[in-house]
Amino acid sequence: MSIQFKSIVDLRAMLDEGSISASELTQESLKLAKKYKELNCFVTMNEELSAKKANAIDLNEKDSSWLSGIPLAQKDLFCTEGLRTTCSSKILSNFIPPYSATAVKKLEDAGSITVGKTNMDEFAMGSSNETSFFGNVHNPWKKGYVPGGSSGGSAAAVAAGIVPAATGTDTGGSIRQPAAHCGITGLKPTYGRISRWGMIAFASSLDQAGPLARTAEDCAILLNTMSGHDSKDTTSLNSDVPDFLENINQPIDGLKIGIIKEFNLGDLDPQVQALFEESKKNYEALGAQFIEISLPNISASVPTYYSIAPAECSSNLSRFDGVRFGHRAENTNDLNDLYIKSRSEGFGDEVKRRILIGTYALSAGYYDAYYKKAQQVRRLIKNDFDHAFQSVDVLMTPTSPNAAFKFGSKGAQNPVELYLEDLFTISSNLAGLPAISIPHGQINSLPAGLQLIGNFLREDQILNAAHIFQKNSDHHQARPNLGDF
Amino acid sequence: MSWETVIGLETHVQLSTKTKLFSRASTAFGASPNTNVNLIDCGLPGVLPSVNKEAFYKAIRFGMAVGAQINQTSLFDRKNYFYADLPKGYQITQMDLPIVLGGSIEIISDDSAKTINITRAHLEEDAGKSIHDEFEGFSAIDLNRAGTPLLEIVSEPEISSAKEAVAYMKAMHQLVTYLDVSDGNMAQGSLRCDANVSIRKKGEKELGTRTEIKNINSFKFIEKAINFEIKRQIKILENGEKVTQETRLYDSSKDETRPMRSKEFANDYRYFPEPDLLPVIISDEEIQKIRDEFPELPRDKETRYQEEFGLSVYDAQIIASSKSMADFFETALQKTKNYSLLSNWLIGEISAYLNKEQIEIHESKLTPDIVAVLINRIDDQTISGKIGKSIFEEMCTNGSSPDEIIKSQGLEQISDDGAIEEIIMTVINENPAQVEAYLAGKDKLFGFFVGQVMKLTEGKANPNTVNSILKDKLK
Repeated sequence: MSIQFKSIVDLRAMLDEGSISASELTQESLKLAKKYKELNCFVTMNEELSAKKANAIDLNEKDSSWLSGIPLAQKDLFCTEGLRTTCSSKILSNFIPPYSATAVKKLEDAGSITVGKTNMDEFAMGSSNETSFFGNVHNPWKKGYVPGGSSGGSAAAVAAGIVPAATGTDTGGSIRQPAAHCGITGLKPTYGRISRWGMIAFASSLDQAGPLARTAEDCAILLNTMSGHDSKDTTSLNSDVPDFLENINQPIDGLKIGIIKEFNLGDLDPQVQALFEESKKNYEALGAQFIEISLPNISASVPTYYSIAPAECSSNLSRFDGVRFGHRAENTNDLNDLYIKSRSEGFGDEVKRRILIGTYALSAGYYDAYYKKAQQVRRLIKNDFDHAFQSVDVLMTPTSPNAAFKFGSKGAQNPVELYLEDLFTISSNLAGLPAISIPHGQINSLPAGLQLIGNFLREDQILNAAHIFQKNSDHHQARPNLGDF
Repeated sequence: MSWETVIGLETHVQLSTKTKLFSRASTAFGASPNTNVNLIDCGLPGVLPSVNKEAFYKAIRFGMAVGAQINQTSLFDRKNYFYADLPKGYQITQMDLPIVLGGSIEIISDDSAKTINITRAHLEEDAGKSIHDEFEGFSAIDLNRAGTPLLEIVSEPEISSAKEAVAYMKAMHQLVTYLDVSDGNMAQGSLRCDANVSIRKKGEKELGTRTEIKNINSFKFIEKAINFEIKRQIKILENGEKVTQETRLYDSSKDETRPMRSKEFANDYRYFPEPDLLPVIISDEEIQKIRDEFPELPRDKETRYQEEFGLSVYDAQIIASSKSMADFFETALQKTKNYSLLSNWLIGEISAYLNKEQIEIHESKLTPDIVAVLINRIDDQTISGKIGKSIFEEMCTNGSSPDEIIKSQGLEQISDDGAIEEIIMTVINENPAQVEAYLAGKDKLFGFFVGQVMKLTEGKANPNTVNSILKDKLK
């Protein structure tokens, strides 16, 4: 029986009724990964260990908890003990971590099976998965098109039905935008909801792990397991973790949805606009009310983000120096030469660009004008959201201003073109708020995503709104034709 | 022309916490290279720091002792620079909101007291060590020290001579050891300083251009390095030239300071708030607990020693001046009641021995136990003070107990009247001429008879008993 395109809920039922074993499931998943190798979703496969674990699960007493025996893929930014972790960078192309990220460990402790590590933009810096040292990932919907980024490999692996779900990380839209471009569901939780221990840092104050899956329900299952305070990450929140499945099916009658005035949706591609209007109608039919609301500072989100994120990245990436791990240049004269050559050879252009921007933004004489100012604006944006959530329950935007595009068609001349991909997603990272992207139709046969932003720690509300939408529509069930791969 | 020196010190105190500032690896000194290192200390991808509150408590204790303001909300910042023994490529330190603000410390130089104000004291992590001379063609890195908590104490530029600088560091050493904030071991780098030195014409208000001498780690070197630097700067100014603001290193083998290569300090550290750590908040309850458990400081001890044990001001001061001496005294007092004899020995023989060996009492083989036994044996007249001194030498070398030495060498004092009388009679009978001369009025000969008795008893006869019996017999 094929397992391709099955959700976690489907696979759980199959495992429980005994129509498939964990071992068979894992082997099927590994086979699909091989079959669609050309998609280039994976950087490293975990064949041996995953087979061993699946076998152990089959031999153990029957365990019907959600994730037992379920194959998952991990973004190659999470450290996995004994399994190569590269961040899709040459500088870490030989790095095998001695420990696992808390998020991965929790998923594995819950019985899930890591079948492989997924391709991504190098160090999560990019919105098209084109900055990976290991090559582009194809969008399963159309060969030669980007899957979005940075969690492009995870999104493509789920969209192609290789795994029912995968982990991703989201610093400015890196879960939601690829989820939108690949026609799947992706959730960025509240900052601090999931431990960052073992996640290779891009921008510490913005990075957040989260799930990519076929449905909101599956996202809730993963979120239940991944969440919670971790003493190893002092920025992880010490708040109770509710059962995100419990209220997911509540009617959304009377739900107040805010539309952000400053996003000027009228200026968008008419097709993006049309889909958005249609989704609005669908939500209205489900009992939601729409309110236009002003977030006066939100238009400053992109420049604010591109001051803060590179600044933190320039410091976070200093440890990749060729001294203790990772790529080390040969034939160097002295310590400085070792740094310069190892880093010049090890990092790609986009990473270098951001390190340079960040180094500049933190320099003496520029700190106040860039980094400090950006942090002040960030606070204003956060206040705008706080204010908005006094009158609405969730905010709704398109996830991306456009659908997936051709390899090499954006940002080659002007990187800012690509930075604008994150126009709608970046502000929730700046404010630390949860947000989800769900498929809501297609533009020229390519999927488009709808974003719901929730209030602080209110993943339950956006999951509920997303699930009710999915119960009443079939956009999330559309499957790509993988004949070209 | 008359010149005036202005010195400010930045003191780095390694805090004596069991584990590091941001990881739970041990801080023990002297372990094999790279064994006190965990994932966090070597800056692996994906690791995050978590705060060791013990370091905060120690910093706060220091702040309270110098009468400073304690910032109960503390922030960390990153100081970015590349070096092979700095694993993350940045040091986590406190820039904007240090834990300790202000305060002052009293120093005594040339018998006069002076107050030096403290600008601030902040917590930061130490770097590892680069070893350049052990492996041919390679540099080695030891990360054992990486992440060890440091308290950097910055003084106001109020120190006006090398001597005062030494006095300041001695006061600092006394304070941090008394507070159990640090072991204060300068040879192991637990206490070291950077000295900012400048010269100006006497009476001038404006500060001269300063140089910074990095990483000085002994009282002797502090004095020498600063004196060298003062002379060097005066010479420059007297030649009508200008002092260059720079960072210099003190080379003790040549007794000179010289500039560090410009690359080593021409850094823009790009400070920014550490995003991996939330602000650390110390509660009022924690502050109160630190206050309640505050250790006794030298001044309090001096007073108590005078009141409780009747020590003189001078004796009390000397014993209380060093934490290890005071601890030794107080422990020994649990085993002996002769306070004054104990303090005499500590200030006399024992201090002389420690000075000669250039060690602290806890580094010697002496223990409060064996010294208390020695005092008791002298006190109960088992041995004389003189024999005590000869036993002491052996105690210092072997750490053996006085009772064992007395027993094995038969040094017990003879206080038995009958035995002493017998020996005295022998001496009198063998020296009739001297007896006659003594009885004829030559009083000085009394010493001769005592000497003879001591000779026959190998110095073990109780001198008081000898005196009284001899006087009686020579009537």
